[in-house]
Amino acid sequence: MTRPAQMKEWSLKAHSESVPTLPEGRALLIRGARILDPASAHDGVGDVLLRDGKIAAIGQHLEAATDVTILNARGQWLLPGLVDLCARFREPGQTHKASFASETRAAQAAGVTEVVIPPDTSPAIDTPAMLIRLQRIAQQIGGLDVRVLGALTKGLGGEALAEMSALKGAGAVGFSNALAPVRDSLIARRALEYANGLDLTTHVFAQDATLAAGGCVHEGPVGTRLGLSPIPAAAEVAALRFWISLVEDTGARIHFCRLSTARGVELMESALARNLPISADVAMHQLFLTDQDVDGFNALCHVQPPLRTAADRDALRAAVREGTIAAICSDHKPHEADAKINPFPMTEPGVSSLETMVPLALALIDDGVLSPLSAVERLCLGPATIAGTDGGRLAVGGTANLCLIDPKAQYRIDPEKFLSAGRHTPFAERTVRGRVLRTFHRGIEVFHTADSSGRRSTPTRLG
Amino acid sequence: MSPELQLDSHGNLRHLLTLEGLSSDLLSRILDTAEDLEKALRGPEKNIPLLRGRTIVNLFFEPSTRTRTTFELAAKRLSADVLNLQIAASSTSKGETLFDTLKTLEAMQADMFVVRHDASGAAHFFAEHAAPGVAILNAGDGRHAHPTQGLLDLFTIRRYKQEFTNLRVAIVGDVLHSRVARSDIHGLRTLGAREIRVVAPPTLVPAGIEQMGVRVCHRIEEGLEGADVVILLRLQKERMLGAFLPSMGEFHRDFGLTRKRLETLRKDAIIMHPGPINRGVEIEGDVAYGPQSLILQQVSHGIAVRMAVMAMILGHNASPTAPTRTRRRLGVLR
Repeated sequence: MTRPAQMKEWSLKAHSESVPTLPEGRALLIRGARILDPASAHDGVGDVLLRDGKIAAIGQHLEAATDVTILNARGQWLLPGLVDLCARFREPGQTHKASFASETRAAQAAGVTEVVIPPDTSPAIDTPAMLIRLQRIAQQIGGLDVRVLGALTKGLGGEALAEMSALKGAGAVGFSNALAPVRDSLIARRALEYANGLDLTTHVFAQDATLAAGGCVHEGPVGTRLGLSPIPAAAEVAALRFWISLVEDTGARIHFCRLSTARGVELMESALARNLPISADVAMHQLFLTDQDVDGFNALCHVQPPLRTAADRDALRAAVREGTIAAICSDHKPHEADAKINPFPMTEPGVSSLETMVPLALALIDDGVLSPLSAVERLCLGPATIAGTDGGRLAVGGTANLCLIDPKAQYRIDPEKFLSAGRHTPFAERTVRGRVLRTFHRGIEVFHTADSSGRRSTPTRLG
Repeated sequence: MSPELQLDSHGNLRHLLTLEGLSSDLLSRILDTAEDLEKALRGPEKNIPLLRGRTIVNLFFEPSTRTRTTFELAAKRLSADVLNLQIAASSTSKGETLFDTLKTLEAMQADMFVVRHDASGAAHFFAEHAAPGVAILNAGDGRHAHPTQGLLDLFTIRRYKQEFTNLRVAIVGDVLHSRVARSDIHGLRTLGAREIRVVAPPTLVPAGIEQMGVRVCHRIEEGLEGADVVILLRLQKERMLGAFLPSMGEFHRDFGLTRKRLETLRKDAIIMHPGPINRGVEIEGDVAYGPQSLILQQVSHGIAVRMAVMAMILGHNASPTAPTRTRRRLGVLR
């Protein structure tokens, strides 16, 4: 396994020797892009000046001083860097699947500048030491703002509270038990209250563990015909009801992760109408695929929560449009090839989904689900707000985290071109439009597409 | 389901993974071939040298004696070499993946794997990864399919009822966990059965099964009324200890085929069961071997049906040493 080491080496070089832009004290003027910033409700052609890692100016026909490098971005979209509420980078503990370096590169290629890592690494992020270790790895690689959710319970076991205050002290931006259940209702309530006392959000994957036990597909005709064990919609609905009732009792803030059902959406709507402090996200693939796609035992459609019916998908799309679901995340889960080489129930759930985020977001625009501005809101500002960071916006004086997209580029998704170590995607071969051309992290260009065919810039070319 | 996986470009069987997607024409051809073979087996010479020199591997990841034995017998009657591998958890516990197991056994020049595994989709998995020319015969994958059992049920029904289009078929018992029920439903639907009912308490009926073209009955009286064929499913007692049923006794009282319920059946109704039976649970002992029961006939039909499938998959590029006359007579030579 030499690849991660090479990647790391290259990533470090990318910082010191970087690509064409921004040596110390220099500036970059991006000219003529369509600027999309939901925070200021701005959608129009203009220029953006980056200097010293910040956005120095946004406007029409900005003057270029002598020290400024000019980038002509006519016909391109300029948006804040994507903020991804859930991507697994597999370190520590699962480096046979991916490395922090490879997934950082994948995130950069996806236009992501800020990512939230759930605590279900191996071991789990349930102590400050673990969290600091993860942040060290992230800092060493750099080029991406990495936020970490601390474990809600020790070892994600659901039995004893994790040292949440210490985790917050080490930098946790929220708490979560990831996919592991908190079976004991009293512990769930206390953990939630404790997290809230620290003024941090609890991220809850709402799935009743016993209703979902052993299941791998949506409960319905397809799963029944294939003889696959079901996860009923009630597994999500029952858990949502339970956690919402705790919010009603305690006023604690919950973010619900990876909604998958129409009934879940209804619950969210009614709870939001009562001004409860809750929010929700959905994984991008849930907005496109249904349980029908599992037919033929397609392990690339083995995801958690399971793909549900077309009616569920349509309800999720409507909720994303209306803002009931405030964020779309990748739910990126890179796996080694072997993880999907098995009979369906024995395969591992999850797909490599960072690098399909932007083209699928454009597909949502094409399908009339979202306007370009609202798509950017769901990918950038919405998740940043949930994560409690100031990312996801283009503001003068703010951090220059942004990406440039060619909205017209048409191509077929080819997982062999992914920078992620995970190559499993149900969207392979799908013809899409929209390609990330460049990603800037704190003013530094951390990714650019080598040519219009989308071939990646290889480490050797730059090393 | 992709029918192309189990059919070649001429529409002939390349693997047998499920009855779903097979045409009524192909199902009838299999049943006709099985008829021919069954007649041939009644003669003094039971071995038909159709697959001489071919190697068939019984690859069973679930414990099984009965089904494995009928596959073994079917292969031997066709003069194939047979290898029985009961892998259970031993190999996988050593860390060998299913993929590696398949590749290792392929290297032994097997022509066909008869696969049973407790994961739904296992046979598809093997078929997708098998080398060209290696056939997969599904002997049961999880809850998904048990196509040769489905075929032998169809064979038995056809023999005693001739036409399918007038038949009301009741499938009684643990439909939820039953690959037999799913295969029966696909086959009966394709052959045009008038009505298929699944009869069980709600806990043993999987969601949305109506969309497979069946009527769900939660009361056995309703399920048996006017039925021409009653297929009982085996209740796996160890599975039921959860919350599926309060007790075996209650199931027997509400869904067991008792002598009393037998009297309410049509006189010409036939009773089937994939075996092994649980006396006093899904069926009362006397009924199991009564005049309307075809449970034992099913077992012997199973051999002919499995021979037919093996011959049709391996026979159309059959071993050159097999007598042409035999192949032509059995309709497996095209």
